[in-house]
Amino acid sequence: MRVEIRAAAAWRPGSARRIFAIAGQGELRGPPLTADALPVKVDNVSKIYGRTAAVRNVSLELQPGKFYVLRGENGAGKSTLLRMIAGLSEATEGRITVFSLPNREARSRMGYMAHAPLLYDELSGMENLRFFAQLYGITSDAPLHETLRRVGLDPELARRVGQYSQGMRQRLSLARAIFHSPELLLLDEPFSNVDPESAAQITRLLGSMRSAGATILLVTHQLGLLANMADEFLLLSAGRLVDRGVMPGVKA
Amino acid sequence: MSLSIARLTASNVRKDLRLEWRSRDVLNSMLFFAGLVVIIFSFTVEPTAEESRHIAGGLIWIAFLFSTTMALNQSWARELRNGVLDAYRVAPAPPEALFLGKCLANFLFVLVLECLMAPLFVIFYNLSALGSAWQLVIIFLLGTWALVVNGTFFAVMSIRTRSRELMLPLLLLPVSIPAVVSMVTATTMVLSGEGSPVAQMKLLAAFCAVYTTACLLLFETVLNAE
Repeated sequence: MRVEIRAAAAWRPGSARRIFAIAGQGELRGPPLTADALPVKVDNVSKIYGRTAAVRNVSLELQPGKFYVLRGENGAGKSTLLRMIAGLSEATEGRITVFSLPNREARSRMGYMAHAPLLYDELSGMENLRFFAQLYGITSDAPLHETLRRVGLDPELARRVGQYSQGMRQRLSLARAIFHSPELLLLDEPFSNVDPESAAQITRLLGSMRSAGATILLVTHQLGLLANMADEFLLLSAGRLVDRGVMPGVKA
Repeated sequence: MSLSIARLTASNVRKDLRLEWRSRDVLNSMLFFAGLVVIIFSFTVEPTAEESRHIAGGLIWIAFLFSTTMALNQSWARELRNGVLDAYRVAPAPPEALFLGKCLANFLFVLVLECLMAPLFVIFYNLSALGSAWQLVIIFLLGTWALVVNGTFFAVMSIRTRSRELMLPLLLLPVSIPAVVSMVTATTMVLSGEGSPVAQMKLLAAFCAVYTTACLLLFETVLNAE
């Protein structure tokens, strides 16, 4: 395990918490990452549905520990690109690699939050997290309680998710995406249906994850919330990556 | 921390049982449908005890086959609600655990249905087995597994199609016919006491092994199909 901690530290000189999180899941996450393993590499990727191209010839690389915002009008292909990176949809052309790893190993290092909450309505928040945590080999409740507190939810809340407000669902959905301390976080509209206070709380949480070394790719229309936090924006239009650059408010 | 298939399968079964306990979607629809079949047939056919022994095998399995088909769609529909299946697909867990967990949970649901419907069959059709009744237990365990494993597999194929209620029987029934013939023949043999059902039971066990292996091998491909 010591070898892995050293390798993780060499790859990303981040916080101790990040390294311990990785070390704790060593068995699941497989061998340590190499220094040149990019979190995401998208190589000339297209996604075509029938006669419609949702994503066209997109190429990009995400650097470790950076916070990216994916922008674009409705139907620009943002969610499709995110789903392809998450491995939920296959590219029609081109290739996507995550940490240069095979699918299953890459998944253990990735957190994904979609438009839909990806939660069972009939279970409580803690029951949902407990089930999904087992899919990542996590059997202890402690990190789940901690994650729920970080997103502002009460771990003891027995209410079923079907009775949650939209904002609570959104926060629980975020908790489901981050409880395993992912090194790559893919978020699709995490601020939709949340009140300003919750949005600020989510923003702070994402900031702390980035400080801990996670790479974040986030789709949103609410750029104001991330003006002082995100490193770069990527602009998609009609399926093409038309622009990328430093986020306004960030010193280059 | 490891992802053992057995542990994850157990976790999936527990989750499905809990969801069913809280919603009762699957059991209610199965019980209602199977009950209707038993009652309506008994009033329309009105068989004697002797006739019952020859037709009940087919009738029982038809009732369970169609009830199971209804239930299987619902058991996957709850995985599509809120996109939960995507949460499973982005996790590093082996998809076989999801499939086996779903099969085992559905198997338990159908067994509960069979236990509840058995007295009804006995009462409405004046049934008593002339052969070894304990063989019925094995036939029902094997037959139910064959139906459930096939049905769970084809249900995940059909669940994302527009006319899924129609698609599942279309896919499932032709493939299941050999097993259904074995189930019905073996059940009739035990009820009527005519011949030994052992050969049919062996055939049924072979079907179970083949279906389970094929479905396990193909499940990941089907799960990730767009």
